[in-house]
Amino acid sequence: MARVVIFGATSAIAQAVARIWASRGCAMVLAGRDGNRLEAIGRDLRARGAERVTTHVLDALDTPRHEEFVDRAFEYLELPDIVLIAHGTLPDHARARRDPQAVADALAVNGASACALAAAFAARLEPPRHGTVAVISSVAGDRGRASNYVYGAAKGTVDRFLEGLSASLRDTGVRIVNVKPGFVDTPMTAGFSKNALFATPEGIAPAIVDAIERGARVAYVPWFWGPIMAVLRAVPRFVFERLPI
Amino acid sequence: MSAPVRESWGRYPRAAHLGVLAPRFVDEVVIPPRGAHGSLPYGRGRSYGDCCLNDGGTLIDLARLDRLIEFDAVRGVVRCEAGVTFRALLEVIVPRGWFVPVTPGTRELTVGGAIANDVHGKNHHREGTFGRHVVELELLRSDRGRVVCGPQREPELFAATVGGIGLTGVILSAVIRLRKIASPMIAVEEQPIAGFDEFLERSADADRRFEHTVAWIDLLAPASAIGRGVLIAGEHAGAAVPQRPPPRGSLAVPVDAPGWLISPATVRSFNALYRTLRGRKRTVAVRYEPFFYPLDAARGWNRLYGTRGFVQFQCVVANDTAMRTILTRLAASGLAASLGVLKRFGELRSPGILSFPRPGLTLAADLPFDGRPTLDLLAGLHAVVREHGGALYCAKDAAMTREDFRASYPRWRELARLKDPALSSSLWRRVGGDAPWHES
Repeated sequence: MARVVIFGATSAIAQAVARIWASRGCAMVLAGRDGNRLEAIGRDLRARGAERVTTHVLDALDTPRHEEFVDRAFEYLELPDIVLIAHGTLPDHARARRDPQAVADALAVNGASACALAAAFAARLEPPRHGTVAVISSVAGDRGRASNYVYGAAKGTVDRFLEGLSASLRDTGVRIVNVKPGFVDTPMTAGFSKNALFATPEGIAPAIVDAIERGARVAYVPWFWGPIMAVLRAVPRFVFERLPI
Repeated sequence: MSAPVRESWGRYPRAAHLGVLAPRFVDEVVIPPRGAHGSLPYGRGRSYGDCCLNDGGTLIDLARLDRLIEFDAVRGVVRCEAGVTFRALLEVIVPRGWFVPVTPGTRELTVGGAIANDVHGKNHHREGTFGRHVVELELLRSDRGRVVCGPQREPELFAATVGGIGLTGVILSAVIRLRKIASPMIAVEEQPIAGFDEFLERSADADRRFEHTVAWIDLLAPASAIGRGVLIAGEHAGAAVPQRPPPRGSLAVPVDAPGWLISPATVRSFNALYRTLRGRKRTVAVRYEPFFYPLDAARGWNRLYGTRGFVQFQCVVANDTAMRTILTRLAASGLAASLGVLKRFGELRSPGILSFPRPGLTLAADLPFDGRPTLDLLAGLHAVVREHGGALYCAKDAAMTREDFRASYPRWRELARLKDPALSSSLWRRVGGDAPWHES
């Protein structure tokens, strides 16, 4: 059975994906900021059939301790098959526009830390020429929107980073997967009014698992965001800036 | 705090909530300070009337508190958070040889909701209510914080919480004793019944022979055939019975149907078709899903009733003649009473102060909500129930009076005393406590 590492395991999307892997009897390392919540999720995954689960408390911004986490994951699983990096916070955009620290923090959490973790695992998976590193990015990374460009910029950073990382790992057997969800009904979006474009974590989890197992370079979930974003990426700037999005 | 719509299964009555809290982790569950209408725990909205609604107040939606905590597959005991659905639970426990001890006719309800309504099922004559299989539960109370209770530990609070329609605190987690099974298959015996007397005779026989029994009743039968229908009985099959894979997917009712879809004429046609298809005695082996949860195959089937919604009348009466009167009145009403389900409750004592099941016959009947005529019919049926010392089921009710409630639940004052002061519900304000709900 697959050996899986999940960073940001308390996120709603990560939990839904982890349940699918648990039901298949995977061994898992779960990491996140809150030990009690990780433990609650770990127990759930064990009861749902995970072969074994361990938890590791780590703040994404604590870069000096990333390596220790990678060591721990390799120690527990020997050689992970899948690394899923799923943490993120949605910044208060209105506040971020006025507060430089909020901009820096949002970019650090959603952008830099995800890149750093992906790099750390990719480096360790390269010598054995094995494994997949997947990151939950976002459709928000595809264009800079007036209403959400701080978060979008962080996710755009992840997109470019994974693009290059993937290229650098060509022919190594290590695969890089960029998962780009659209709107998902999670605590991150609790303040939004929900429309037909909103998906649930449980709804998109099978597609995420599938994309990771196929080794899809970029996967929009649900799939319809692929064509929507293709159109939005093609819209010229002078039009895009006038769109009410 | 977001404020999306939360409905009950019958979609009547409607409620406008001030806000909906949706905690994802146990440490996030808070009971807001008591406002005008307080707060109410909410699961998946599978109860029918207004016991899961809190018009003008707050809901604490526990659907995301849906984690298993521990599953002991050797002893058959599961500890889980309150928002775990029976569907999720069954997906985990059935492959490992266990089943929920008691289940109602849907698996979309939560464990917390099953306790709060002390639900029953086709095996009531053997196993009693769901609450009898609860080893312990953890409550969050606004006045005491977290409290663990069970049949031995804080038995009074436990008895108030089982069947306590969410008013004694927020159920955070529970420990449930499961039932061992050898197979996901059910050995089923179905037989047509010509009328009420035949039901009495055949169901008594089936109750002796089978763990699960229920009768589907044609509520629009002519006076000469009152109580005709199909008696369905089943046992968990042995390991030797060939197993079938789980059903794939389900169909969803995508939109609110037009009001005429469920009318006396269409219900009559459906009943005629069903009776024809089930016209002969037969024994078959089916998986547990179609046996226990035939309606779950059509997701959102409540939308078939259209935006008007529907009500379910469910009563229990100890007197068989009273039940015959109720069936006769339903048939004579000219309303599109559908989905009649009849069963005799067993003698096992229900553990909750407000538990509904008690010895006697119980009938559940769905009625499209057509305003005054529906309410008049219900009032007449409620009078028959009251006259015979029966009870109405809070989980289904949208129309009982304060007097009906007190007659159904003579111990209601005990619940009023043990209630969490910061919790309330539309149903409770309609039929419950004698003191009006004051602004704090």
